[in-house]
Amino acid sequence: MTDLTPRRAAMSPTPQALPYPQVRPRAGFSGFPSPAEDYEERALDLNERLVKNPAATFFMQVEGDSMIDYQVGDGDTLVVDRALEPLPGHIVVALVDGEVVVKRYEQHHGRPQLCSGNPRYAPIPLSDRDCQIWGVVRAVIHEYPV
Amino acid sequence: MIGLIDANNFYVSCERVFQPRLEGIPVGVLSNNDGCVIARSPELKSLDVGLGTPAYRLQALQRQHGIELVSSNYELYGDMSARMRAVVDTFSPWVEPYSIDEVFARFDGVPDDELETHCRRLRQRVQRLVGLPVCVGVAPTRTLAKLANHIAKQMPAHRGVCVLRADGEATRALMQRITIDQLWGIGRQLVERLHLLGIHSAWELRNADPKHIRRHFSVNLERTLLELRGIPCLEMHDGNDTKQRIMTSRSFGRLTDDLGDLREAVRQHAQRGAEKLRRQRGLARAVLVFLRTNRHRAEHVQYNPSTIVELDCPTADSRLIAAAAGHGLARIYRPRHWFMKTGVMLLDLIDAERQQLALFDAPGQAVERERSERLMATLDALNHAMGRGTVHLGMPRGDAAWHLRCAHLTPRYTTRWGELLRVQAR
Repeated sequence: MTDLTPRRAAMSPTPQALPYPQVRPRAGFSGFPSPAEDYEERALDLNERLVKNPAATFFMQVEGDSMIDYQVGDGDTLVVDRALEPLPGHIVVALVDGEVVVKRYEQHHGRPQLCSGNPRYAPIPLSDRDCQIWGVVRAVIHEYPV
Repeated sequence: MIGLIDANNFYVSCERVFQPRLEGIPVGVLSNNDGCVIARSPELKSLDVGLGTPAYRLQALQRQHGIELVSSNYELYGDMSARMRAVVDTFSPWVEPYSIDEVFARFDGVPDDELETHCRRLRQRVQRLVGLPVCVGVAPTRTLAKLANHIAKQMPAHRGVCVLRADGEATRALMQRITIDQLWGIGRQLVERLHLLGIHSAWELRNADPKHIRRHFSVNLERTLLELRGIPCLEMHDGNDTKQRIMTSRSFGRLTDDLGDLREAVRQHAQRGAEKLRRQRGLARAVLVFLRTNRHRAEHVQYNPSTIVELDCPTADSRLIAAAAGHGLARIYRPRHWFMKTGVMLLDLIDAERQQLALFDAPGQAVERERSERLMATLDALNHAMGRGTVHLGMPRGDAAWHLRCAHLTPRYTTRWGELLRVQAR
C-alpha cells in the first residue's frame, strides 16, 4: 500500500516553522520570565493606526509628482479608505476617463473639482467629465531609501 | 428569513474595481491552464460566448468587438470575497459563505417591514466599501432565497433586492413565470421528466403532491418542493445542491492554536472534498481554505482569513487537492490565535467528461491523468469496502515549492506589496 500514499503518510503531520518573526520579547537569560511579557499584546500596531475599516481599505502606489505640494510624492504608498464620505479638502483617489488618479477634492464657487498640488496641472471639474471618486486617502506612507 | 447575497459577475467585477477601463466592455476571465473562459461580463454574454469557450476561438471576436481577456486572479478574488463577507457580517449575526461569490445570511430579528430597507442598505454598503455590485434575495428557505436572488438579478425592476414570501399573490405571480430549469438543484434530465408530468413552472412544482414526487423522483426533489412552499428542509451541508462548489468544514471540539491540529483537519477536509468531487465525476480548478476564530470570545484576537490556491490543472486527485489546501493553510496560519473552525472549499468545478480538457494537455499529461484516475479509483474502492479512512494521505510539506501558472495574471492588488494599483499623479 505504500505506493498509494506519499512517503510521509505513516507519520503524523509535523508542524512546520513559518517565516514569521517571533515578536515575543524575552529577557536575556532563560528561566526568568521577561518583565515585558505582560505587555506583549499591547505592542503598537500600525494597522490599528492607519486602517480603520479593513474591508474597505486598499493600498496604492503613487506615480508622478502632481501632488507634491500636498506631500504626496512619486512612489509613496496611499492608504485609501472607501468607507469615508469625500469632503472638500480630502485627498482622494478618483476615476477620470478610465484612469485612476490621486487629486485633492475642492469646491470652487459651489462646484466640485479635482485639483492637483502642482501648478502645472489644471483642475478638473467633477461635473462635466466622466469621473467618480473611488476612495478617500487616509494616510500617505513615505519610505526613505535607508 | 434567510438572505442570499451574490455578487454580479464576481470575477469580472473584481477586475473592474481596479481597472475602470474594463467597465462597459466585454470582458472574459480565463483559466490559466486550459485557456478557456470561466467568467464573463454581461457584454461578453450578449456576444453569445459560452462558458468553457477556448480562448483561441475568440481571436476573431476579439478584433471585432475589442474583447478583453484576463487570466483568473484567485488571490485577488479570494481577498475581495473575504471583504464582501466582512461587510455582510455587519448586517447579520449569522453568515455562512456558500461559494466564493455567494453568502447566506440570516436576518432573524429584523422586523418584517424593514427587511427590504435593510437589504438595500447592505447592497449599497458592499458596493460602496468593496466596490462590488451584489444582488440580495431574501425568503423563508434557502431554495426560495436562491430563487429570490435569481429574480433580483434577472428583473431590473427589483433594483437588486427581492424579498420573497412563502405565500401571497406576488409570490404566485413570480413563481408562475419561473421555469423549473431555473431552480436550484434541478438539472436537465430532471426538467425533462418533470415536463412529462406537466410540471413546467416553479409554481406547478410547488403545488405538486410531495409524496408523489418523492416516490417518482427523490427525497431531494421533495425537499425542493417543500422549500418552495416555505418549509425549511435544507441545511448548509446537505449534499443536495448542484455541483458548483463542494464545502467540507467542521468546528473543533475545543479551540486550538496548534498548526498540527489545523493541518490534520485541513488534510481530512481536502480528502473528503476530493472524494465527493470524484463521486459526482467533477474536477476542481481551485481550492479555498479558511480559518475562523470564535467571535463570541471577545477576549481573543479575531482572525478569519481565507485564501485560494489555484490548481495547475483541473483535478479530482486527493493528493493534489490536499497539497493545495496545505499550502493555503501555511499561507494564512498565524500562531497564537485560537481557531474554532477550519474548512476547505473546492471551486470552479467542471465535469470530468468534458473532453476539451484533452485539447490543452501537454504531452504525457493524459497518461498522468489516467494514472491518477486509477489510483483514486483504487483509493475510493478500498475506503468503500473497508471503511472510510482506511487509506488516507499524509500531509505534504507546507513550505514545499509551489508552482502557480500565472500566464496573463492581472496584479494581485490587495495581497502583494509589489503589485499595488498604480495611481496616477501626472
